[in-house]
Amino acid sequence: MGRGIIAYGAYVPYWRLDRSKITAAMGAGGGRGHRAVASYDEDTTTMGVEAARNALRGSDIVPDSVLFSTANPAYMDKTNASAIHAALDLPQSSWAVDAGGAPRSSEAIWALAAANRGANLAVASDLRTGRPTSGDEAGGGDGAAAFVFGDDAVSPVLCEWLGGAVATAEFTDRYRQPGDAYSRIWEERFGEQVYLPLANDAIERALADAGVGLDGIDKIAIVGLHARAVRGLSRVAGDKLVGDLTGEIGNTGTAHAAIVLAAVLDDAAPGETILLVHLADGATADVLRTTDAIADHAPYAPVRAQIDRGNDALDYNKFLTWRGFLDREPPRRPDPERPGAPPAFRSEDWKYAFVGSRDRSSGAIHLPPMRVSMEGGAVDDMERVRMADVPATIATFTVDRLAFSLSPPMVAVVIDYDGGGRFQAEMTDVDPDEVRIGDRVEMTFRRLYSAEGIHNYFWKARPAAG
Amino acid sequence: MSSHGIRDKVAIVGMGCTQFGEHWDRSVDDMLTDAAHDAYTSAGVTQDDIDAFWLGTMGSGVSGLTLSKPLQLDYKPVTRLENMCATGSEAFRNAAYAVASGAYDMVMAIGVEKLKDSGYSGLTGARPPSDGTDSTITAPATFSLLAPAYAHKYGLDPDTMKEVLTRIAWKNHRNGALNPRAQFRKEVAKETIAGSPLIAGPLGIFDCSGVSDGSAAAVLVRAEDAHKYCDNPLYIKALSFASGPATGALDSTYDYTTFREVVASATEAYKQAGITDPRSQIAMAEVHDCFTPTELVLMEDLGFAERGLGWKEAMAGTFDLDGDLPVNPDGGLKSFGHPIGASGLRMLFECWLQLRGQAPPERQIPSVTEQGKTLGLTHNLGGQPGAAVSFVSVVGSELG
Repeated sequence: MGRGIIAYGAYVPYWRLDRSKITAAMGAGGGRGHRAVASYDEDTTTMGVEAARNALRGSDIVPDSVLFSTANPAYMDKTNASAIHAALDLPQSSWAVDAGGAPRSSEAIWALAAANRGANLAVASDLRTGRPTSGDEAGGGDGAAAFVFGDDAVSPVLCEWLGGAVATAEFTDRYRQPGDAYSRIWEERFGEQVYLPLANDAIERALADAGVGLDGIDKIAIVGLHARAVRGLSRVAGDKLVGDLTGEIGNTGTAHAAIVLAAVLDDAAPGETILLVHLADGATADVLRTTDAIADHAPYAPVRAQIDRGNDALDYNKFLTWRGFLDREPPRRPDPERPGAPPAFRSEDWKYAFVGSRDRSSGAIHLPPMRVSMEGGAVDDMERVRMADVPATIATFTVDRLAFSLSPPMVAVVIDYDGGGRFQAEMTDVDPDEVRIGDRVEMTFRRLYSAEGIHNYFWKARPAAG
Repeated sequence: MSSHGIRDKVAIVGMGCTQFGEHWDRSVDDMLTDAAHDAYTSAGVTQDDIDAFWLGTMGSGVSGLTLSKPLQLDYKPVTRLENMCATGSEAFRNAAYAVASGAYDMVMAIGVEKLKDSGYSGLTGARPPSDGTDSTITAPATFSLLAPAYAHKYGLDPDTMKEVLTRIAWKNHRNGALNPRAQFRKEVAKETIAGSPLIAGPLGIFDCSGVSDGSAAAVLVRAEDAHKYCDNPLYIKALSFASGPATGALDSTYDYTTFREVVASATEAYKQAGITDPRSQIAMAEVHDCFTPTELVLMEDLGFAERGLGWKEAMAGTFDLDGDLPVNPDGGLKSFGHPIGASGLRMLFECWLQLRGQAPPERQIPSVTEQGKTLGLTHNLGGQPGAAVSFVSVVGSELG
């Protein structure tokens, strides 16, 4: 029975920062190209949800676990994977667990997902910050990717793991104290000279473990936050080297190896052998091979399409505001209130999974769910209906310039779902001047705001990708 | 099972209304004292004559003590109630029923709100703990949802829609300019209104009602007792209230060009009052113009204009002070101001002045003095399009 990657999906947020805007504003920093920017209402958890939705869309895989890794967790001392688990409407019997800390932690969830029985969803997500003008600010990127490891019996294996090796060492390259808003970096020539021998060692042993020579490798992906070491190692890869996307979306840290692999798989033919090298506090090399099944696989949201859809109209001052480096004057409105834990617990299906209720007799869909039908008044004759993946059309809308928002103005839309159901939602990833009645939208999981240490997660509408 | 109404059973024999505005120098207690004592004086009674009180306030106090303490009431019953922006009307409705039931001979309905102490823009209010999924858009944003929906349905381009809304604000400011009790007592040029900073959707700051402090009160007795206190009382012809199922944001058949609650409450009120053609039978209307698109939609919901033609009537001046059917002759929420709990009673106060011919000559409506019409309508709304409570009253200066 074959085992390997049976589903995958990446998420690249909508917004891009043109790096030249940093240089223009600060007279330093920046550079060429773009970085992907998580919107003000996104964090590593919400991006992880979007990646997982892209991975699972159109399949009937029910993961037995949600394994989440990030270097920028929304919560400490509270599991973030459980919010992803809830947003995916997974059963109570599925495990949800975080592996946090450094980008290297993503390797743990991959290994666990591959090794544990069942179908296991590994979600790597990161939101990269940096002090204004720093290399991290310009070179970082935000995004997530999700891979499901499982058996052929559940869903056809798209890519198998042939072998791998690790090289570990203790050295100080980049580091961040808990609670700090950014990382610090040692002089980069030091890191380069530590990483290169570690990488060569891992690659050599990984090829041996897989029983493949370098000439048997079709594509080589080299990923790591140490750009100089990645460049140095890339020279030996020659024309087998695949682009690491850092020029277009920046380096997404914990998520980056997974996003690059997703991009490779999007375009891969059957039988391609891939060497994936991850430089992160050591080096890890894996050898993978695509199966015949990948020929029939149509990714729901290809990485290339998500990159091309990006919007680089984002201003640098807004980017700084979103990341908390600029503290702008709020409207003269009360601060938002934290969601209550008991009400949120009672409405988990609604708040996290966007599940409404459908009257069995009239078919009327109620968002939020109701016990008494608005059509016919039937009591407690409802079935659950998940609306997260149902597209909708704008019935009317407004732009609220008075409401509290982390990025005013707030856009609100009344939307009618295909096949029935209506909801008044906030809209995101949109130019307020471009909203029109009749526009098509889809739902996205977001963080509305945070209050008194609690993140308020819920669903918003965004322009439909199609 | 039926609603019967209390037509001609209860009369208003005295009213009081403070100036509305930013009363930095006056407390809730001050305003309640002023409105109550103005109403006693107006009715020629003393506080001891009042048997029971209904106090409406959304957030400026809780319990009957909010009224009994500043007025030093002598252990009389005080009901404190809230029904969003229709709170003042709700106090009036329940007070009227208490008289009609025979439980009391004379009662007071009084409303108050102090909004300007909060330091915030617009309305604020404490909400119970929630799961965090409730809409957090502001009141102007919820009502601004009407504008694109109306324009889309009836084929108005955005500029025309903006002109219509601007004219409604211009009309209400013009009316308020003549009213010494109004918060804003200046005419405002249409260009100024149209060019004011945007608040929500197409609504600028001049499309929004005034956030203010104020209080208003009425003294009610049985109709047969009215002439003991007053030569020209106002009689209650109809009182209706509709609390909706709040399905506008769930139900795709709702198109955001109407308030179903208003249609229901107006239909009920017209039945109680025996009104078949409100446009011609009513001398004036005070309606809940919280935001300009609200007044536009209300003209159609209340039957003052055909569906889809309210905007043309508004542009033609039908609802101006000297129009066929003056709407908000006192300036409305727009320029008189909107201290929540007081607004419903403020609307009745304008009927009290106009229907009895006691408004100053410069703003006395000709529909009363020249055409001899005797009926006035007040309409008070709470909530938002698709999830509202609506109150309609009809009052008249003659029995029968």
